[in-house]
Amino acid sequence: MTSLPRSQHIIASGLIAAVGVTIAYISYTQEPAEAYVFPRLISSVFAVLAIWTFVKAVLGRTKVGNGISGDAMLKMAPGLVVTLVYVFWAAKALGFYTATTIAFFILVSLYDPAPHTQLKTWVKRIAITAGFMLVMYGLFAQLLNVFTPRETLF
Amino acid sequence: MDFLFYMGDVFTPINFGLLLLGTIGGLILGATPGLSPTMAVALLIPFTFQLEPQQGLILLGAAYTSTVAGGAVSAILLKIPGAPANIATTLDGHTMATKGEGAKALQLSFLASAVGGLFGVFLLIFLTPVLAQWALAFGPSHLFWLAILGVTVIGTLDSSSVVKGLLAGCIGLWLATIGFDDIMGAQRFIFHPSVSGGINVIPALIGLFAIPQVITMFTKGRSSDDAEIISVKRHPIRLAFVEVLRRKTALFIGTITGTIIGLIPGVGGQIAGLVAYDQSKKFSRESEKFGTGHSEGVIAAESANNAMVGPSLVPLLTLSIPGSPTAAVLLGGLLIHGIFPGPDLFMNYPQVAWTFIDSMLIGQILMCIFGLYIAGLAARVARVPHAVMAAVVLGLAVFGSYSVQNSMGDVYVMASLGVGMYFLERFGFSAAPLVLGLILGPIAEANFIQGSMIANATVGMGSYFFTGWLNWLLILIVLASVSYSIWMEVAQRRYTTKDDAVAKEEAMS
Repeated sequence: MTSLPRSQHIIASGLIAAVGVTIAYISYTQEPAEAYVFPRLISSVFAVLAIWTFVKAVLGRTKVGNGISGDAMLKMAPGLVVTLVYVFWAAKALGFYTATTIAFFILVSLYDPAPHTQLKTWVKRIAITAGFMLVMYGLFAQLLNVFTPRETLF
Repeated sequence: MDFLFYMGDVFTPINFGLLLLGTIGGLILGATPGLSPTMAVALLIPFTFQLEPQQGLILLGAAYTSTVAGGAVSAILLKIPGAPANIATTLDGHTMATKGEGAKALQLSFLASAVGGLFGVFLLIFLTPVLAQWALAFGPSHLFWLAILGVTVIGTLDSSSVVKGLLAGCIGLWLATIGFDDIMGAQRFIFHPSVSGGINVIPALIGLFAIPQVITMFTKGRSSDDAEIISVKRHPIRLAFVEVLRRKTALFIGTITGTIIGLIPGVGGQIAGLVAYDQSKKFSRESEKFGTGHSEGVIAAESANNAMVGPSLVPLLTLSIPGSPTAAVLLGGLLIHGIFPGPDLFMNYPQVAWTFIDSMLIGQILMCIFGLYIAGLAARVARVPHAVMAAVVLGLAVFGSYSVQNSMGDVYVMASLGVGMYFLERFGFSAAPLVLGLILGPIAEANFIQGSMIANATVGMGSYFFTGWLNWLLILIVLASVSYSIWMEVAQRRYTTKDDAVAKEEAMS
């Protein structure tokens, strides 16, 4: 039995069961029916297994999966927020290279164990960011000729 | 002996250069904890777009081979396995290093890896064409069952819970149906414009394997891995050769175990290394020395985890069924060049297939040579702070996903699947069956529809899909793998419960 509260498993398996049932519902109601023959087969199994998992979670019989501890959640939250803002907004709005530079620098600064009070640390972080961006520009813009979005900036 | 005919192609300047690049890069990446071989190969795929198919595959194959071997460096010098396949190596390898035999342990690991790897690739060379000929007789119903077999075997054997493994496979199969239906042209499950053309396999693979690792690195916060690199003293390579030859039982057991395990879909290098280690210990005359820095432990574990590389590609190249997550990623590398592996791969694209296999053969030797020289450098790279590593992997994942089709939609799909996979993993789901479902979904659906059409016009669905010895054999394997996994799960649960009770009792007393 996992040590985390049963509620985490109930929420997670409940969400998956909801997705499974929704997919099964769509598969059996959408037209043309011929296009949904295979999805019906898959979604039926999906829904049954998902409901089974949900029932086991409700009964407290979930055996695998440690869930997410509060400490891990707190530690990952800033990084996850930066990642999501970077991917879903900044990369397109600011331009790939600008957004990547900012996101890289913030992530390194957030999770680098070196003390924030030393000037040397910040110089090192800036140097690492600049080095990485140079490599990325060389690889993708020069070598692979990938034209990335350059909206507001670069 | 077709493989000899195409051997010369490996030594063209570009091909050999890529082989060297993949080998050296793979050794360094493999030594980095958190960068698994699958993830390393997934992140490399975007760099193969502009290469010829065989050149791209040479790079990916070399990276696959050497990341598995490179993981031994951090296992020996830092006591941190570079990949799950190197867990068994830490048991004796690191103890040898602490006793001042680090160089010897590294030499033994690379020599054993090369022997195991060469044997595995030779098996791939001789087994693949035979199986490919046999697979030509497969009809739509067999290919449908084969695809289902691929998902269920990995779903049940690779997961800690059979139900969750199968559920992950179903999620993958469903994701594969998103987009336009091939027969009617109808739109299915298009809930966002990013997925209107279906889910592209490459961004999905990058997201599913790279992003959970990035988030896992975030969860470590600002802590640092204080693992100390153990300095290595010089050790004559000649003596390492003699030692490997002297420990031929461990080498034999490791190589054979790795080869057999490699052929079974879903059973990874971690199992190969641990089983080989355990078996070598049982058969050794010096079994009491295992765990105290014994060379046989390193030889058995490393020969096994590299011996499985070649055989793990046999189902992929013959039946288009990837036997492991890394093989699934390699399939992605083939698909972007419009090459679909399967029985006719060796007839339609012999140069691509044989040059790739030959490069793996040469790659094993290069991996051994370079591994011995750059182990020190690789160990230093392994100490790169996880903050930097997370940011680097995230940047590569975003740029790599975008470059597949120059589409932001692919980046959104990559990130969404990656974040979703992290949370699924925390609740006991595994990425491997989901990936297999995503890749095998189109094969399963196309053959299911084709089979249904034939069945409706002839003998009917029941007779077409459920009769004939080959259908029966495949269904039997599906059922056997599910039953075996359920049995193992129940047995393990009983054992754990008993173990827990004993531990509790001991603690109380």
